[in-house]
Amino acid sequence: MFAYALGRAFSLVVSLAVASVVVFLVIEVAPGDPASYMLGVNARPDTIAALRAELGLDAPTVVRYVRWVGGMLTGDFGTSYAYRSPVSEMIVERLAVSLPLALYALVLAVVIAFPAGIFAASRRGRRGDVGVMVATQIGVAIPNFWFAMLAVSFFAINLGWFAAGGFPGWDAGIVAGVKALTLPAVALALPQAAILARVMRSSLIDMLGEDFIRTARAKGLNRRQALWRHALRNAMIPVLTIIGLQFSFLLAGAIIIEQVFYLPGLGRLVFQSISQRDLIVVESVVMLLVFAVIMVNFVIDLAYALVDPRLRSRR
Amino acid sequence: MISRSFVWGAGLAATFVFAALLSLAWTPWPVDALDIPNKLQPPSPVHWFGTDHFGRDILSMIMVGARTSIAVAILAVGIGMGVGIPLGLTAAVRHGGWLDEIIMRGNDLIFAFPALVIAILITAVFGAGAVNAIIAIGIFNIPVFARLTRGAALGLWQRDFIAMARVCGKSAARISVEHILPNIASLMIVQGTIQFSLGILAEAGLSYVGLGAQPPTPSWGRMLADAQTMVAFAPHLAIFPGMAIVLSVLGLNLLGDGLRDRLDPRLRIMRA
Repeated sequence: MFAYALGRAFSLVVSLAVASVVVFLVIEVAPGDPASYMLGVNARPDTIAALRAELGLDAPTVVRYVRWVGGMLTGDFGTSYAYRSPVSEMIVERLAVSLPLALYALVLAVVIAFPAGIFAASRRGRRGDVGVMVATQIGVAIPNFWFAMLAVSFFAINLGWFAAGGFPGWDAGIVAGVKALTLPAVALALPQAAILARVMRSSLIDMLGEDFIRTARAKGLNRRQALWRHALRNAMIPVLTIIGLQFSFLLAGAIIIEQVFYLPGLGRLVFQSISQRDLIVVESVVMLLVFAVIMVNFVIDLAYALVDPRLRSRR
Repeated sequence: MISRSFVWGAGLAATFVFAALLSLAWTPWPVDALDIPNKLQPPSPVHWFGTDHFGRDILSMIMVGARTSIAVAILAVGIGMGVGIPLGLTAAVRHGGWLDEIIMRGNDLIFAFPALVIAILITAVFGAGAVNAIIAIGIFNIPVFARLTRGAALGLWQRDFIAMARVCGKSAARISVEHILPNIASLMIVQGTIQFSLGILAEAGLSYVGLGAQPPTPSWGRMLADAQTMVAFAPHLAIFPGMAIVLSVLGLNLLGDGLRDRLDPRLRIMRA
């Protein structure tokens, strides 16, 4: 197991290194000089040159890449060109909205999908199963931002149960914060719940056809007992993989939902930064999202190997 | 036997393709004709889906928007297939070698960049636009097709008819094109349909946040973005474009399921 984990860790480091080079190079070819942008069109060339030196933009590309990566490893993401404040502080501030939103959505997706998937699998081919499958087929097709708009119109504007947008901040209390994130989380969770319910259903149906379930039934367990005691635990492996993958997509997907609800999360930060040509912020947020996806994949690989010893001997 | 999902899916998908093609020659009203006195009209016999805040006919905009969605999704699937399938075939030929390893690790790397993140990067460099949306969704599609192709091709390389082709002296490239590709075509068509529906969803999302098609090109996501501040007093602005997205994606997903049922011999045997 240790050798397998070491191999995966090496692969993780290589993936992160290559991803960081890709992100850095893409931003590098972006047109426009940040120093000129910050000082405006009337700036004198020597002032621009001084600011370029202050921001470290006059150094060779390789040096700047090493500085950027070295800085990120120590938590220093550089200084925002537009706001002149540390990028790491801006990201931490916005993560306080985006991260709880993604986690909240993930919990909701699981809470909706598990009962729906188990219910459908246990009634395979019957009316309940067909109902769940139709609902999940529609759920997958609904764009989350459209659902969010309709939810705002109905639950916030017509019924007044929630605020139509904005975030009061965690200082206003956990209840107020959670309430502000509820509609966005539901909108974000529904399509994911539909996908997860379908995976749960098909994984459970596969397990219910396995020999060990037949053995359990032969030993006197009824269908329900076999499902809950034996099939469910084994069906969880693909389901947990999808949950892991969904978390990183929820973090990225939150970018769109934050626009609907005017939430001050990573999404709004990245769009503001694009419009202000604050590319150092764009670069850092993108790298953070990619880091999240790669890390989640790494953890899934290790969890898989822990559960299934055959995987450790592969590769 | 034709499944019900295939019929429904093909019907819905055909409706949207027909609307998009029809819009090339005819729309109920011109999409660029502003009619401010008749702005925000609810659905009526004159304007079936109502009018927007500039008095434009929403049905006409949805028809032209279908063109944008379909064009972006088709080209994005084309990029995914055009690059991903040859990569997958090559990886299968070089199975276990360094080229296979490089291709598959490259795929893993692309997988780490969700389409939205790729779109953000491209927009930061080149600015927003439909072409950038196509590239972003297309890049995201590449590893999907590469992995699927490699997996399916690896299985085929073990088969007797491939061994016969090798004995006849055919090169690996020729076998890939003449024997492997036709045998995985149905799998690619099914996956292409699914990626097509995902492409429509992704295009709508990107246009909604301003990273996709730009005004005055009508697009469903852009229409929803415009509707956002008016949805409380003019819900038709959001309902109709949203329904267009849902029904077209639903149609393509059902079509994909139906095609899989028809084309996958294992499922046919199970049904029999």
